[in-house]
Amino acid sequence: MAKSNKPIIWFPFAAGGTVIAFFIPVIVLLTLLAALGHVPAGLSYDSLRALAACGLGKLLIFGVIALSLWSSAHRLRCTCYDFGLRADTLVANVLYLAAAAGSIATAVYLLRI
Amino acid sequence: MKERLVQLDVFRYNPDTDTAGHYQHYEVVCQDEWVVLDALNKIKETIDPTLNYRWSCHMAVCGSCGMMINGEPKLSCHTFLRDYAGVIRVEPLTHFPVERDLVTAPDDFIEKLKRVKPYLIPKEPKPISEGEYLQTPAQLKKYHRFTLCINCMLCYAACPEYGLTPKFIGPAAISLAHRYNQDSRDGGRDERQEIIASKEGVWECTFVGACSEVCPAHVDPAGALQQVKIASSIDWFKEHLLPGGGK
Repeated sequence: MAKSNKPIIWFPFAAGGTVIAFFIPVIVLLTLLAALGHVPAGLSYDSLRALAACGLGKLLIFGVIALSLWSSAHRLRCTCYDFGLRADTLVANVLYLAAAAGSIATAVYLLRI
Repeated sequence: MKERLVQLDVFRYNPDTDTAGHYQHYEVVCQDEWVVLDALNKIKETIDPTLNYRWSCHMAVCGSCGMMINGEPKLSCHTFLRDYAGVIRVEPLTHFPVERDLVTAPDDFIEKLKRVKPYLIPKEPKPISEGEYLQTPAQLKKYHRFTLCINCMLCYAACPEYGLTPKFIGPAAISLAHRYNQDSRDGGRDERQEIIASKEGVWECTFVGACSEVCPAHVDPAGALQQVKIASSIDWFKEHLLPGGGK
């Protein structure tokens, strides 16, 4: 029996799951604070823009967004399968393409900063 | 001792006379501290000797009395009547073919268990004269939890993936393969990986986690399968990205 090539999909999914677990609650909290008008000094527009302007910052932001998108796409694919949606190839293509489009858009925006 | 009248709807199927299963209603006086298996035993002894089900140890060790109780996979010797109100529905373990009444055919699980080679495959043959294989407590701790499996198959009844894809090797067999892969005395990991790292192996698992919720021995099969996924992914990247397959 041949070994599966699933790790190409699963490994970024697992990495994205870890990123989501650690980063997304913090981002949600900070966004809420910002919406209520309490932006911490270090997270002002200018300092965040400076972060997105440096190479390491771009890489960090891209990593968080792309891995989260990939992980969510794969989780949604598994959920569709578990709920009995058997058109797995179609579901996988649509969801992974959406994640890829989001990742490319992120890269384009980051490179334009 | 406190007693109460317990009502059960029990699945009945006789392959010689029935084309489909049906439910039979029983009412039996039970003691408050009894388990579902005690109620079934009393039904068989006093009301209906034709009722069929498997059991042996009555102490959650042998793993033979697994059945669906109000829709959940449970060991009937470990499921207390006092935790249920109203009519208790008792059915054979789901995802397995029914042989008769509550008795299911475990052949598929047994065949998968054999395929993953759940036994020690020593790295090198060692004569008895050279003494025993030594192991530290830390090495034992790495796999000890996964040795607790009693092969009761509740995890297969709970796993929606096994229900959807019967070829899936499943929680208990992969956990047991992992148990031997993690054993410092073992050298058979490559042979087992051929089976459990295949498409029908660990990659069918979508981490629903129901296996760990129903496991009466607290093996945590879902945890074992995630560890297998990480190890199999590292193998894959070594084999495809490192020169010489990372050997």
